[in-house]
Amino acid sequence: MQPFKSLDAVACPLPLSNVDTDQLIPARFMKRSRADGYGSFLLHDLRFDETGAEMSNSPLNDPERQGARILVTRRNFGCGSSREAAVYALVDYGIACVIAPSFGDIFSSNAVNNGLLPAIVSEENCEALLNVLRDGALTATVDLGALTIWSANLILSFTVDPVWRTKLLNGWDDIDLTQSYTSVIANFAKVDRERRPWMQPSERPDSQ
Amino acid sequence: MYTPNRKHVTLFDKVFDAHVIVEREDGQCLLWIDRHFLHEGSFHAFNKLKERSAEVARPDLTFGIEDHYVPTRTRDLGRIDPAIRGMIEQLRGNSQRHGVRRFGLDDPAQGIVHVVGPEQGLTLPGLTIVCGDSHTATHGAFGAIAFGIGASEVAHVLMTQTLWQKKPKRMRISVDGELTPGVSAKDLALSTIARIGTGGAVGHAIEYAGSTIRSLSMEGRLTLCNLSIEAGGRFGMIAPDETTIEYLRNRPFAPKGEAFERGAQYWLALASDADAVFDHEITLNAAEIAPVVTWGITPEDASPITARVPDPAQIPDPARAAQVRDALDYMDIKPGQSLTDIRIDRVFIGSCTNSRIEDIRAAAAILVGRKAKVPGLVSPGSMLVKKQAEDEGLDRIILEAGLEWVDPGCSMCVGMNGDLVPPGERCASTTNRNFRGRQGPGSRTHLMSPAMVAAAAITGHLTDMRLLMREPVPARD
Ligand code: SF4
Repeated sequence: MQPFKSLDAVACPLPLSNVDTDQLIPARFMKRSRADGYGSFLLHDLRFDETGAEMSNSPLNDPERQGARILVTRRNFGCGSSREAAVYALVDYGIACVIAPSFGDIFSSNAVNNGLLPAIVSEENCEALLNVLRDGALTATVDLGALTIWSANLILSFTVDPVWRTKLLNGWDDIDLTQSYTSVIANFAKVDRERRPWMQPSERPDSQ
Repeated sequence: MYTPNRKHVTLFDKVFDAHVIVEREDGQCLLWIDRHFLHEGSFHAFNKLKERSAEVARPDLTFGIEDHYVPTRTRDLGRIDPAIRGMIEQLRGNSQRHGVRRFGLDDPAQGIVHVVGPEQGLTLPGLTIVCGDSHTATHGAFGAIAFGIGASEVAHVLMTQTLWQKKPKRMRISVDGELTPGVSAKDLALSTIARIGTGGAVGHAIEYAGSTIRSLSMEGRLTLCNLSIEAGGRFGMIAPDETTIEYLRNRPFAPKGEAFERGAQYWLALASDADAVFDHEITLNAAEIAPVVTWGITPEDASPITARVPDPAQIPDPARAAQVRDALDYMDIKPGQSLTDIRIDRVFIGSCTNSRIEDIRAAAAILVGRKAKVPGLVSPGSMLVKKQAEDEGLDRIILEAGLEWVDPGCSMCVGMNGDLVPPGERCASTTNRNFRGRQGPGSRTHLMSPAMVAAAAITGHLTDMRLLMREPVPARD
């Protein structure tokens, strides 16, 4: 995974609360292989009308916000389904950081596993940032080392779980880390089997 | 690791601590995973395994279930959309390649993952259970730590049978007193979400406690824990008790004989200590809970059926007022209108929230001898529920009322199999999410209990089921 240090990019405001993962990517697009790219499905039903034409009032369709890599939105972003495809849609579209006052728990872990930073700001700072973007600021800078966001003349701090910060800064993948514990895991499994013999699923009577 | 002598320990901590393999200084714990459920959506994770030429570490603890994309009106894959068929075939191929036991369409125990796990005794107290589905907390009804994970985590569990987790905070929701007639676990869950909000339990593991919870059946407990994620809680659990143990005895995959008795002893000791400390406590009075419906586009937009639709002009918080305005606009509902004046176009009874035998019975008790004014689908949660319902004659009641009785699957909960609510239509549904377009592009969803859906089907508008209540349907032999 690519390390995330800092990012200076076009920021797009999405002034909505509770943007759930069904909005981020409607279920009907999830049959595709990831190799085909999920970017065109991001927020599909908020971007395109029934005929497939772009809706002009959708922030992502604003010509000035093309190439956005930062999304600024309201509370409880990514609530709902565990579909990692919601993160794929953001990442494949180009988004590397979402700034909001709170996130759905499963969404945040999925985001971090894909190198996407879920940056938490206070409700007040979130509104301030949305305001400078509405008033014409186009870009923002997000510094994960300094936990700071700049846009126009606004400077704010954000938080992210320290474990996730280290992971993002280094571009670490959990699997590599876990594999260094292989023998500890095997040992745990062995001891546990004696401690909790009832844990092992018993054979299915009608198993073929 | 769990040491039995510690004091003030919660149910969550007891189960969590018993699964910690390694704890890092920063609080990250490597957790052992006891059960891993897969479904058709797990193909992303299998593709990650392929990239690394990795194997499934513990196929004996991994179970594949065909539910998200399965057809409900035929079991013949030759007759369905090839793209949907491809999803099912991918799970079949991956399960076979890795030696994972699969509950397929041809299996007499097939059904929705969160119905099948408990029914088969795969779900047990004191386990860690994961699945790439946010409603996995359902299994917490047995006193397990069960949670939804994303595809990267699914791949991690497949490869290592472990997962890195940090301990969440603990929240206890205590409900005491007796639920009034007609009020169900679904009403309890929706009332709780309306109270604490969709983000109310973010970062927390919920434990449901109190006399009302104790007196719920396993079916009711499953419905309650199922909806934890709609309050933002990745985990929801209930301490195991005699109800739990009786439910599990003789289930196909549950331990047998001596092993079962040993398990039962361990399980009963998992309850939170009397002096356990929670980061957050909520209390509710069961007697105050009425049948609930949602009127908006998040599950917190819920009110008792006797109420009126809120008026954004009367809501002091401008952010909430804007949300409500937006929701009513999408739902095409007028502020201040009576909830019972809302007309519906169709109904759906099913999903991992409300498709168990009790749910089908509750709906049938309202439908018996009556005719539905709108079309609708009833999809039992598993082939076993379907068979039992048919043995009890409930399918006849449903068919005679004019509703469709179909095979099990996620169906109209998420519409992945093509069971969709047409654009602009309004559906009274026993599912868990009323998000914009959840049941199909432009669809409008009202969440409620099975009895409330049945009542809405009979009258064609949202209805207080208590007005249609009769004696329970006697079982036919
Ligand atoms: S019924 Fe709905 S919520 Fe339940 S597992 Fe299926 S898609 Fe998920």
